Amino acid sequence: MSLLTPDPGLVIWMTISFGIVVLILAKFAFPSILKAVDKRTSYIEGSLKSAREANEELAKVKETRARILAEAHKEQNAILKETARIKEEILQEAHVKASQETENMIAEARKQIHAEKDQVLRSIRSEVTIMSVSLAEKILREKLGNDKEQLNMIDRLLDEIEISKS
Amino acid sequence: MKHILFLIVLFTFSAANYAAGGEALDINVSNTTTEEELNVKELILDHLADSYEWHLFSSKKRDVTIHLPVILYSKTSGWNMFLSSKLHNIDNNYRGFGIATDGKYKGKIVEILASGEEMRPLDLSITKNAASLMLSSLMLIIIILGVSQSIKRDPLKPKKGFTGMMEIFILMIIDEVIKPAIGEDYKRYSPYLLTLFFFIFFNNLLGLFPIFPGGANVTGNISVTIVLAIGTFLVINLTGSKKYYKDLFWPDTPVWLKVPFPLMQIIEIVGTLTKPFALMIRLFANIMAGHAIVLGLTSLVFVTVSLGSAINTSMTVISVIFTVFIDFVELLVAFIQAYVFTLLSSVFIGLAREKETENGNKELAVEKLAEQSNHLELKR
Repeated sequence: MSLLTPDPGLVIWMTISFGIVVLILAKFAFPSILKAVDKRTSYIEGSLKSAREANEELAKVKETRARILAEAHKEQNAILKETARIKEEILQEAHVKASQETENMIAEARKQIHAEKDQVLRSIRSEVTIMSVSLAEKILREKLGNDKEQLNMIDRLLDEIEISKS
Repeated sequence: MKHILFLIVLFTFSAANYAAGGEALDINVSNTTTEEELNVKELILDHLADSYEWHLFSSKKRDVTIHLPVILYSKTSGWNMFLSSKLHNIDNNYRGFGIATDGKYKGKIVEILASGEEMRPLDLSITKNAASLMLSSLMLIIIILGVSQSIKRDPLKPKKGFTGMMEIFILMIIDEVIKPAIGEDYKRYSPYLLTLFFFIFFNNLLGLFPIFPGGANVTGNISVTIVLAIGTFLVINLTGSKKYYKDLFWPDTPVWLKVPFPLMQIIEIVGTLTKPFALMIRLFANIMAGHAIVLGLTSLVFVTVSLGSAINTSMTVISVIFTVFIDFVELLVAFIQAYVFTLLSSVFIGLAREKETENGNKELAVEKLAEQSNHLELKR
């Protein structure tokens, strides 16, 4: 069975060939391939990681944006409400003030009118007094121009007194 | 699928025609010369064995053969170097050397002593297998170095085409075979194991390729597989862990098994030898069997020539279909055997690298892997 017995010559050639192949490939070819593949693997992993990080960052940014927006909305609402309130208040105040002012003015005007009326009345009264006095003087002077008249007058007056006494 | 069927049919017809032509030729020949019976067994064994020349092809006029250099050292005449064509003279003798026609050294060069005895000199001839080995080694070095250069030039860019395919191969072997079997320091061994894988795979494929530079039965030759097995044996036993050597020379068994008569030690040492031995036989037998089957099926065409053209044609059809089928199977086997050799080498290295703690795990993994490889073989 020559098939099953190793042939020394071929064994030697095989040792030499295989040895050279192993030396060259295991020294120069495969380590550099493995290194390159490792490098690529780590590069891809790094890229994936950074992409994931970027995504996370983006999500965070989005969240922050949403939060800021919500906050701004809230603030806006609050400001609007406050503004409305202040407006209302100012209006109210203005209203109150205006009515007060008006009242004051009316009161003032009334007072003034009163005072002026008094004055006018007083002056009218004094005028009327003077006029009536002078009128009375005139009438008296006319009526009591003669003696008889005077005596009649005295009599009547006396009668009147007597009636009132009785 | 359709295309493949079409090709098979086409190939079948052309082969049948060829066989018919051969028949016509045979009749002519048999008229002039003596009947020449085709000896299939001889043909197959001739192919499986090594030879001193590389037969490329024959045409009707002549055979085209490369005569390879013969290098011999004999005790009587020292170093001898000549082309094997010198041996093809009438008396089959050149400087006292000739190719033995039968006996123990059949097909090998022997020295014919004055007493008429045949003696085998130290034969360092570049035989067909040796030449094929050198060629394939050179091709393998060129291919792998080319791939590594191409990858190194721009490591970050994923490769396309052939380089990409080789890269997938390399990564597959590393990720599925070397890493799980060896564990953490797999990087130290992966260059050797990858070389092993591609060496076997490339030579297997080259053996399936029927024309030059393929066609030699390199990995189906025990001289080749023995060197591969010895390589693995050396790697296993020179880089083992402390525990490995301890288990080898002082295993955890009752003392009486070890001390007066070193039974366990003998068993363990035989165990270390059987592992590479199994590797050697497995690769050799599988590839050789594949070549034998393909050759046998092909010879069916020529064996049945004498049985008439109807039988011959139908047998040709069967032969071609079977040969194509077996060739596909052999393609698979070429890969599987390279894979299994690498896998088992990695597992044995991993076992020898084993630390004290992770005992059970490794054993389980090994059993699983061994089962897997057995399964693959059974499938054939």
